[in-house]
Amino acid sequence: MTELLHRMIRKPQGAIGLALLVVLAAVCILGPWLAPYGPEKMDFLGRFRAPGWQNWLGADQFGRDVLSRLLSGARATVPLALAATLAGSAIGAVIGVASAYLGGKSDEAIMRTNDAVMAIPGLLMALLLVSTLGNGAGNAVVAIALAFAPGMARVTRSVALAVRNQDYVKAAVARGEAAPHVIFREMLPNVMGPIIIEATIRVSFAVMLFATLSFLGLGAQPPASEWGLMVADARQYMHRAPWILIAPSAAIALSAIAFNLVGDALRDALNPRDDR
Amino acid sequence: MSLAWLLRRLLLMIYTVAVVCVLVFAITQALPADAAQTLLGENASPEALAAVRARLGLDDPVWLQFIHWVRHAVSGNFGVSMRTGLPVAPEMLTALSRSLLLAAGSLALTLLIAVPLGMFAALRQGRVADTATSVIAYLGVSLPEFVTATVLALLLTDVLPWLPATGYVSPLEDPALALRHLVLPVLTVSVILVAHVMRMMRSETLDVLQSDYVRAARLKGLPERTVLVRHVMRNALLPVITIVALDVGYLLGGIIVIEEIFAIPGIGRALMIAITTRDLPSIQAGAMIMAVTYAITNTLADVVYALLDRRIRYD
Repeated sequence: MTELLHRMIRKPQGAIGLALLVVLAAVCILGPWLAPYGPEKMDFLGRFRAPGWQNWLGADQFGRDVLSRLLSGARATVPLALAATLAGSAIGAVIGVASAYLGGKSDEAIMRTNDAVMAIPGLLMALLLVSTLGNGAGNAVVAIALAFAPGMARVTRSVALAVRNQDYVKAAVARGEAAPHVIFREMLPNVMGPIIIEATIRVSFAVMLFATLSFLGLGAQPPASEWGLMVADARQYMHRAPWILIAPSAAIALSAIAFNLVGDALRDALNPRDDR
Repeated sequence: MSLAWLLRRLLLMIYTVAVVCVLVFAITQALPADAAQTLLGENASPEALAAVRARLGLDDPVWLQFIHWVRHAVSGNFGVSMRTGLPVAPEMLTALSRSLLLAAGSLALTLLIAVPLGMFAALRQGRVADTATSVIAYLGVSLPEFVTATVLALLLTDVLPWLPATGYVSPLEDPALALRHLVLPVLTVSVILVAHVMRMMRSETLDVLQSDYVRAARLKGLPERTVLVRHVMRNALLPVITIVALDVGYLLGGIIVIEEIFAIPGIGRALMIAITTRDLPSIQAGAMIMAVTYAITNTLADVVYALLDRRIRYD
């Protein structure tokens, strides 16, 4: 584990990514206590106050402190994106491994169908699902998870095909183990590495997708301080008070970049062949 | 490219469209416990619910509903809008044409910027210019479209205050004004796409630069410019076609956000309005049109790739 960490922070990109991730985790856990004001505390004398000693990142149209809203909003954004990615990866991994295990015609049928589902762009799929499930953060998570599953299934299946031909899997099949045993106990644990790498990078997509759904008014609902929602609210006032817009935008970007960098670093650390 | 390969590729496209049909129908009409309730909301009267159920044929078994729906959809009939009472399909196709105008303009501008920039970065590998463009491209990939678009809209309206910030004018009515309305959205979409295409172009150029035929061309004493244009660019462009086709899918998703921000009445905005007003036939038509557009683009890209790439035999 420490060995892996060492390899990840050897390059500046990995070190920056990990540092950002630690800050992000701290903000998610401690956010509300770090915030100088309450996220919904209004101050009508301080409407549109520019960044300064009173409001470090300025105040919004209701005089709410932007920094406090950002800090409290982290837990409305990042953990949900993580949950969606975890669920989507789990579904995709099971489909991918099962397809590789079955092989032959079933594998072909599953993967062709999977590719067809992938022909629906992620955001469109999420929008369709939310339109049925209804607006709200929880439904957005379900929608993102389902939209992610086919992509994960494809990645997992390509790794699982190699594992399928390993002796220990053949032995398990020859022993007459049931399909669930072979899939969950023999194959799945051995494709975890690539799945984790792929999932880490996908968290950044999930952060963006979740923020986009909220931005479009279909994810988190006001007065939540979810970051995408904050951007949507700030658009009206962007010429008058650009800081309300720029702060949550930067927060979304930094989170996405953090997961991207960590994912890349993880891939490099786990595949020493790719070292350049 | 063999005929059999082409046929198989077309069959795959048809299968994709079929699966998309099942999914769109399942998600919008079959999955909700009561689509009529979903449409009319919780306070609907029983009579209104019954009327909608009859109109949508919701009392039929699901498979029969599906067959009816597909039969109508194939002939381009997605029913009438719950909101306007007008047939859905023509409205959605008009919206699509507006989106395609935006998409085509953006793709053209993207290629014009990204291809030379990617080659430039590759030729300067490891130097400041390369690192700078790579960092910017990385940022571009890590930002959601709505953030890039909103911030760009903020910056561009400050830099180019004489351009209309939102809205749409048909090029048939007033070409000059239409063009002015398109500038900001096209610029915004291009900035987002350039990051993707440039990264691809850079890595492909790096690969091609190390190939034997480029070395041979240089050893023959061809001028550097000829080598770069005739040998390097041509070969590096090939895989870029694929990424551009993938970007069309990305574009179709992104266009929902872009049209929302710039108030362009394209397919994305039409779909958003349909979703917020729970206009079931419009949602179905919009989703189908977008997914089918994507399936066709992907197939076309594969065919173009096969036509251009004579090294690989498809059978």
